[in-house]
Amino acid sequence: MGRGVVELSGVSKRYGAVTALDAVDLTVYEGELLSLLGPSGCGKTTTLNVIAGFAAPDTGRVVIDGSDVTGEPAWRRGLGVVFQSYALFPHMSVADNVAFGLRERGVGKAEVAERVREALALVRLPGVAGQRPDQLSGGMQQRVALARALVIRPRVLLLDEPLAALDRKLREGMRAELRDIQRSVGITTVFVTHDQHEALGLSGRVAVMNAGRIEQLGSPRDVYERPATPFVADFIGASSVIEGRAVDGETVELAGGARLRVALPQAPAPGRALRLLVRPERVELGTTGPNTLSARVVGAMYLGDHTEVRLELAGGQRLLATVRGNVALSADDVVTIHLAPDAFLDVS
Amino acid sequence: MIGVLLARLSVIALLAFMTLPTVVVIVASFNPTAILSFPPEGLSLRWYVNALTYPQFQRAAVNSVLVTVASAVIALPFGTAAALALVRHPLRGRALWSALLLSPLVIPGVAAGLGFLIVAAKLGLLTSRWVLIVAHVALVLPFVIRSVAVSVANLDPALERAAASLGARPWRVFARVTLPLLRPGLFAGFLFALIVSVNEFVVSLFISTRVTEILPVAMFTYVVNYTDPTMAALSTLFIAATFIAVYAADRFVNLSRVFQIGEHR
Repeated sequence: MGRGVVELSGVSKRYGAVTALDAVDLTVYEGELLSLLGPSGCGKTTTLNVIAGFAAPDTGRVVIDGSDVTGEPAWRRGLGVVFQSYALFPHMSVADNVAFGLRERGVGKAEVAERVREALALVRLPGVAGQRPDQLSGGMQQRVALARALVIRPRVLLLDEPLAALDRKLREGMRAELRDIQRSVGITTVFVTHDQHEALGLSGRVAVMNAGRIEQLGSPRDVYERPATPFVADFIGASSVIEGRAVDGETVELAGGARLRVALPQAPAPGRALRLLVRPERVELGTTGPNTLSARVVGAMYLGDHTEVRLELAGGQRLLATVRGNVALSADDVVTIHLAPDAFLDVS
Repeated sequence: MIGVLLARLSVIALLAFMTLPTVVVIVASFNPTAILSFPPEGLSLRWYVNALTYPQFQRAAVNSVLVTVASAVIALPFGTAAALALVRHPLRGRALWSALLLSPLVIPGVAAGLGFLIVAAKLGLLTSRWVLIVAHVALVLPFVIRSVAVSVANLDPALERAAASLGARPWRVFARVTLPLLRPGLFAGFLFALIVSVNEFVVSLFISTRVTEILPVAMFTYVVNYTDPTMAALSTLFIAATFIAVYAADRFVNLSRVFQIGEHR
């Protein structure tokens, strides 16, 4: 895993009666891109502000590169920050914006010019150095902000919802580019987002946050395929929950009487009530196997590359399924579905 | 159709109502006779000569310039600090601070003037120009605070955080980011301060002596004693000077933007 570059231990932060962070422990390793993912108010931005030095934690320690910086002001931490609003200085040219951090460090004139040119080339923005930020498009302003943060060669790059203000097409392009730049520079990066696609697509590890705590910290596959808590399961990806009772360690009886073979990581005790989570892409229409059920179509929504089908099982439980491409289904059609034994996650 | 006509008429009536006193004063200033009358009986510049050569007016004009510039220059940094504190920091008793700092707007000039008079007399400072300057600072402070506060509220705090994250110490952040971006509010506040101070009369009347009195007080004293059109001539000069100053300021910066006219925030 490498060396820990940013280490938070027992960090809490309250704003009045609101607990923004509740004893958070987090280690960010050398060169990795770690996402803080969660709904608004979950504490992800507060975590970033505590790392950056914009907010002082009430308790706990912030360690960067092995030294305790809990009491250090932001200007002494040497971190690069990119803000959702870009926060480019409107009264300075693009070149002066990028040069700001270098001049504050007393870097010589010739070196400033050279490094500003390099940084703008890195974000593929040559030829705008003399312009004002408000003459640039949102995507270009974003690149300038990234160049301004990277030019000081920060120990850590902190990105606060950097893509949220861009339109969708641009956002997807920027996402790929951001990952390429991060990898080519090899900089340790913390990325705050509420967008699961961004988090899953960009990061080596994802910290899913809720109510000031980290609910789960793991690889994108971990949090998607093996959510640790019902919150994570619900927040990441679409899913349905069906309820039943364990007959034995491998069999579950649903409320409607149907029996399913399940392969859960931990066999449930017989008689236990269970809540099982099923991802929509694991619901197979028209195939058969050990867990074949019949279901009534409640509705189908065509979404281009896939169709979203809402189903109702015999006992009245609802199930969401996705089918690639278009399928000719309409309400009240009865279909056969199959659920593989390993398609279930126990979230009870 | 009739509605449009009525609207136009009421606008014209309003403009006439607002400008008529000024027009009367300007026309009367060219009156050759010694009686302040309207309409005039001819054209003459003798009252302008009289106004400009009257020693007490000359002295008062110098006092006005000194008091106005000094009070605006002193009020600007204090008002800016107050605006930053009121908008940015969760002060204890913020409402009270705000009410205290803006109170000169609502306290009657007579009451404030009497207060300054008593305090100045107690301190034995009544003959000093500083009493006027201090009083004017208090009177223009609300205008500075309000103008700068609008600019502070429009300033994205992320800009200052960005500067700090790039290694700028607090005073460098202030000098290179905060202050340049507050410029419209600072300029408007300074202009407001100049206009309010140069026109201030009631409070100044209480704390002026013959030596320290400013132009509006000198003009009042003159009107009490004489009734010739010298006053009209001086008023016309006053109006012209203010007009030229505001026009120049408008050429220099866009005033309607500075005063936040037509903005939505």
